[in-house]
Amino acid sequence: MSARTQAVALATLVRKECNRVFRIWLQTILPPAITTALYFLIFGNIIGRRVGQMGGVDYAQFIAPGLIMMQLITNSYGNVVSSFFSAKMQRHLEEMLVAPMANWVIVLGHTLGGVVRGLAVAAAVTVVALFFTRLQVANVLVTVSVIVLTAFVFSLGGLINAILAKNFDDVSIIPSFVLAPLSYLGGVFYSVALLPEFARQLSLLNPILYMVNAFRYGMLGVSDVDLGVAYAVILGFAAVLFAICLVMIGRGTGIRT
Amino acid sequence: MSALAVRNLVKTYPNGVQALRGLDLDVPEGDFFALLGPNGAGKTTLIGIVTSLINKTSGEVRVFGHSIDTELAAAKSCIGVVPQELNINYWDSVENIVTTQAGFYGMTRRQAAQRAETCLKQLQLWDRRRDSGRSLSGGMKRRLMIARALMHEPRLLVLDEPTAGVDIEIRRSMWQFLREINRSGTTIILTTHYLEEAENLCRQVAIIDHGRIIERDRMSNVLRKLHAEIFVLSLREPLGAAPRLAGYEVSLVGDHEIEVVVTRQQDLNGVFAALTAAGIQVISMRNKANRLEELFLRLTAREPPTDGQR
Repeated sequence: MSARTQAVALATLVRKECNRVFRIWLQTILPPAITTALYFLIFGNIIGRRVGQMGGVDYAQFIAPGLIMMQLITNSYGNVVSSFFSAKMQRHLEEMLVAPMANWVIVLGHTLGGVVRGLAVAAAVTVVALFFTRLQVANVLVTVSVIVLTAFVFSLGGLINAILAKNFDDVSIIPSFVLAPLSYLGGVFYSVALLPEFARQLSLLNPILYMVNAFRYGMLGVSDVDLGVAYAVILGFAAVLFAICLVMIGRGTGIRT
Repeated sequence: MSALAVRNLVKTYPNGVQALRGLDLDVPEGDFFALLGPNGAGKTTLIGIVTSLINKTSGEVRVFGHSIDTELAAAKSCIGVVPQELNINYWDSVENIVTTQAGFYGMTRRQAAQRAETCLKQLQLWDRRRDSGRSLSGGMKRRLMIARALMHEPRLLVLDEPTAGVDIEIRRSMWQFLREINRSGTTIILTTHYLEEAENLCRQVAIIDHGRIIERDRMSNVLRKLHAEIFVLSLREPLGAAPRLAGYEVSLVGDHEIEVVVTRQQDLNGVFAALTAAGIQVISMRNKANRLEELFLRLTAREPPTDGQR
């Protein structure tokens, strides 16, 4: 197929994924907004008042970028897992497999659907955050690029999970036992500078720490990690995960007999 | 040119089951072709490989000359497939399901919308275009899968048991529709368990068993091999032994039932005349197996299934 027809196929897939996200917005957009409001109420206001400042800003302001990133990560990942796995189970994934779509179109189309869901949730969470704290954007380019790239990385992660999943347990294990702990330990609620040296060094192995801090730098101008290293980690993960997805779809792993 | 050319196709599943064992097949362009065989013969595996839903172990497949190994996109563009299992998105609308499929083949939204109107009207689904897939009846879902497969105007339409579970009236209207598509130049490959369907629609037939083609001929020639049918007659009074009917093979299968083998050279009038002469009253009659089952049994030389195995 020509580049133009691949572009049409990609646009079709992205539209299909976006329609799904916004058709079921009560399941996809609203819950993270409510959860974040509770986080702000409890951690930002009730506990935050006693904490005072962290990283040179109010505690509620400090946790805002982390909470936005946490919901972005969970939702971009969850969107692709849910969409791709249910298409696999209901077998309408075959609509794509019998069509002359390039493998990169299948990967990118699903991933962009996850990015759109992640960004929509991030926008909703940001609006909620504005009710509890004052937000600023210190560097627009860093803020936008980090949030889009992070959603892209976790959408790819969700796609790999969905490709390999054989049952519903397989799609819930990674979010519960890997993503949630890494997010909570990724500097969302605290600065790693407060940790003992061993725990701080251990935290540097957590890729989410780089994403949260790069985003925090974009918004507040403060970060626990070097921005260059953070971009290298994010771009490295994006490239490697995209390549893995391409190989898996090409081989038919988990989707062809 | 062959619409489909298959050479020495082998498929061995990871559990060791050899579904295809060096299968060769040619389907001429423009043909209405029946692919028949008992359950587990390898039909769905063959279709899965042709439509790239199943990876082959070895062998060669060409669709209108395009190899699925080196020109997969071109081969896929030529094929429309209606699988045996329902595989629609139940939460999406009928119209979205068909236009999305068209988009996957590179049709713009405007082109897809126009084509959707044609296909959905042809398959009597236009009035249901705003309804979700899950709200359709079984027959409508089957028709929707046919409409979806036709959206990109494929040169080869592959139908895997398209009328399973569809009532006879809708089945006949689908046959009429498929004939029209075939007349307009689309090559059709049909797998079915209804011999009547294959007889009605197809000019050529291949019978597949244990992963190999065991018969490939014109439909009329294959049907000639069905030279006998078995009838089960229910009797008003019980019998202690099978009655002797001159020239007919008769067996007693129960107190009130006998089986009679009638060849093409014989007729049922002779059976009834002999039974009447013997004072035996018949209250009902049925075919022991459908003709397709008989055909398979004859060609594959298998034991006939017992009632419990059917």
